[in-house]
Amino acid sequence: MTWQQQILRVNLTDGTCTAEPLNMDWAQDYLGERGLATRYLWEEMDPATDAMSPDNVLIFATGPLTGTMASTSGRFAVVTKSPLTNGVACSNSGGKFGASLKFAGYDMLILEGRSPTPVYLHIVDDEVTLHAAQDLWGKSVWETDAAIHEKHQDPQLKIAAIGVSGEQGVRYACIVNDLHRAAGRSGVGSVMGSKNLKAIAVHGSKGVSVDDMPRFMDVVKKTWKKLEQDDGRRELTELGTNAMIDTMEAFGGLPTNNFQQVQFAGTEKINPEAMQTPNQNGHTNLITNKACFGCTIACGRIAHIDQNHFSIVNRKEYWHASGGLEYETAFAFGPACGIDDIDALTFAGYLMNEHGMDPISFGVTLAAAMELFEMGIITIEDTDGVALNFGNAEALTIMAEKTGKFEGFGQILGLGSKRMCEKYGHPELSMAVKGQEFAGYDSRALPGMGLGYATSNRGACHLKHDVFAEDMEDQSANGKAQPCKTSQDAIATIDSTGLCLFTSGAWDMADYAEQLDAACKGSWTRERLEKIGERIWNLERQFNLSAGLSKSDDTLPARLLNDPAPGGTAKGRVCDLETMLSEYYELRGWSDRGVPTPATLARLNLS
Amino acid sequence: MIKALQMIPEKCTSCLLCEMACSLENEGLFNPAKSRIKVFEFEHGKTSVPYTCTQCEEAWCLHACPTNAIVINKNTGAKEVIDDKCVGCKVCTMACPYGTVNYNSATGKVIKCDLCGGDPKCVEACPTQAIIYVEHEAPL
Ligand code: SF4
Ligand code: SF4
Ligand code: SF4
Repeated sequence: MTWQQQILRVNLTDGTCTAEPLNMDWAQDYLGERGLATRYLWEEMDPATDAMSPDNVLIFATGPLTGTMASTSGRFAVVTKSPLTNGVACSNSGGKFGASLKFAGYDMLILEGRSPTPVYLHIVDDEVTLHAAQDLWGKSVWETDAAIHEKHQDPQLKIAAIGVSGEQGVRYACIVNDLHRAAGRSGVGSVMGSKNLKAIAVHGSKGVSVDDMPRFMDVVKKTWKKLEQDDGRRELTELGTNAMIDTMEAFGGLPTNNFQQVQFAGTEKINPEAMQTPNQNGHTNLITNKACFGCTIACGRIAHIDQNHFSIVNRKEYWHASGGLEYETAFAFGPACGIDDIDALTFAGYLMNEHGMDPISFGVTLAAAMELFEMGIITIEDTDGVALNFGNAEALTIMAEKTGKFEGFGQILGLGSKRMCEKYGHPELSMAVKGQEFAGYDSRALPGMGLGYATSNRGACHLKHDVFAEDMEDQSANGKAQPCKTSQDAIATIDSTGLCLFTSGAWDMADYAEQLDAACKGSWTRERLEKIGERIWNLERQFNLSAGLSKSDDTLPARLLNDPAPGGTAKGRVCDLETMLSEYYELRGWSDRGVPTPATLARLNLS
Repeated sequence: MIKALQMIPEKCTSCLLCEMACSLENEGLFNPAKSRIKVFEFEHGKTSVPYTCTQCEEAWCLHACPTNAIVINKNTGAKEVIDDKCVGCKVCTMACPYGTVNYNSATGKVIKCDLCGGDPKCVEACPTQAIIYVEHEAPL
């Protein structure tokens, strides 16, 4: 059936692996992936637990539509308590790993405790084994992937792994699957590292079915068509997510030099056109586009670096194609650090995948370090002799590698911008919310997005709300709370289906409802899905409040609240968060302290 | 005029929808492990190549079969396995130079592409037209 109705529980302390039935009552109320995993997390751990303690629980969850023929059905979520934000972490990834986990017969994988020695988990359908991983500890994600494939002689193994950064507790270490897809944000890789778990390798061959197959396939073909005809989809296929960089540059919402500016002079050198244009050596960055499992969009870029470029000229091991620039990577290494060298950006992107780090948090932390450096707060003595000036492409590649290998100043960058800036006495330079770094949308130009950043349950994030269209139309704070709330709830639902958020430009909630209704038993209406999304959002909020976060964490860096935008369409504006926030709390049915009222909780069956 | 499947690897995004469609058509569920078409990935995902039976003229599998379980469909040209006759001896899997006849341990019989009776589901599922069904004088 649509859910495999089975989860795999691995207790790393005891070394036991047990299959158990999925709680289907919860699945009715939380779907799968993000929602259902949060429900389990809420049940299984005290939110106040230290994120790096063995008592934290790490969950990999697929959704009901993962592994079906619905477009973009390759998604899965990693849910745990974040060492970056100390709130709930929920990182979504694609590639082929999630579908393989589901094909092996599991909706979810729950990892608890801490192994006394490094291990990796090997799943071939019902056969589940923990193997010693001492020989893999200290290896990169790519080396680990190759070593596990070689050991088991099984090319069909789909592998999710951490690098040294995850072993060493870099606050934004991620979990990379299928070499260049990642559950990227909030430091989920370090939680995995704290459990002494190096990798998970899955070979699933049981398949997935749905409740009403003929009807499901009719709906699937209809929704494929809708997606195919959508302009936004076409842009994602042809240009990738980096198409956004030109939009943000023109609009003046492209954070530059650690958010001191809102436009970047070097945009043309790193935009999609630059990716497709041969350089003076005749080298073209972009090779092709690739899809995640079951995806008819294929936003992923496959690129390669000019072999004459300083970063790899003497390093043949990087003369191969790999994952290319996405918008957020381009933003965080490019404008945020003032760097316009497309090969350096691409190489740093490789390093993120190879060593398992979130490019957004790394880039924005480096940007803060660059500002500290230019202010003279840190000097070349602190930074291993590297001049951390804005625009220094070599500094980017050196520091990306140092952080990935947890060496020298990389250990400081590994703290994330909040802890690093506090350490140097300048917390205001950290462009983060709840400790998590910003994505590439300036809240002065896009105030509704700013409200989303401030209230996102996982800290600053561009993927948990969508007030983009409203902000482009009207840059005031008026009327932004409602679309912010509505989109947050809708996205919480989409994130729980097993499908990719990038379908949401073409599909509305009725399209998701129709697919779920055909795939799952029972009645799945638009209204029901909207309520599920709101329930998930409030449960995440409850987790964060119990973890010790409060209203004071629903804020933005002072730079966005006090310093007027220096240019672009929002020139002179600051982000009027205060007004939006009280309106938002009221719409949510929360007290003026940002706490869900008993009536709200009762309405959502959360009491 | 007979039609054949043509694969255009440069267009393939490695989404595996062809494998899913094939398993659905032949096994009734979504399961790439049971697909007659396979997508191979090379070089960090730079290249992906869909690949299945070419319905070759020599018909090695057909001639090798000791029970005459493989026959030519005269409408499509496909070499089809008759399940009732297949005893699972795997001789055809060895005879096929392309490796596109596979043994299914669950049923104890072999599986191979039968062109879906002339309406190939992989072609219908492919979002990039990396697999097309085209007329040919002779099979590709
Ligand atoms: S749109 Fe992009 S991220 Fe989403 S499933 Fe497709 S390839 Fe993956
Ligand atoms: S034509 Fe049919 S049987 Fe052959 S590979 Fe395609 S879907 Fe499978
Ligand atoms: S459906 Fe088409 S694009 Fe997708 S893997 Fe198969 S051949 Fe490639």
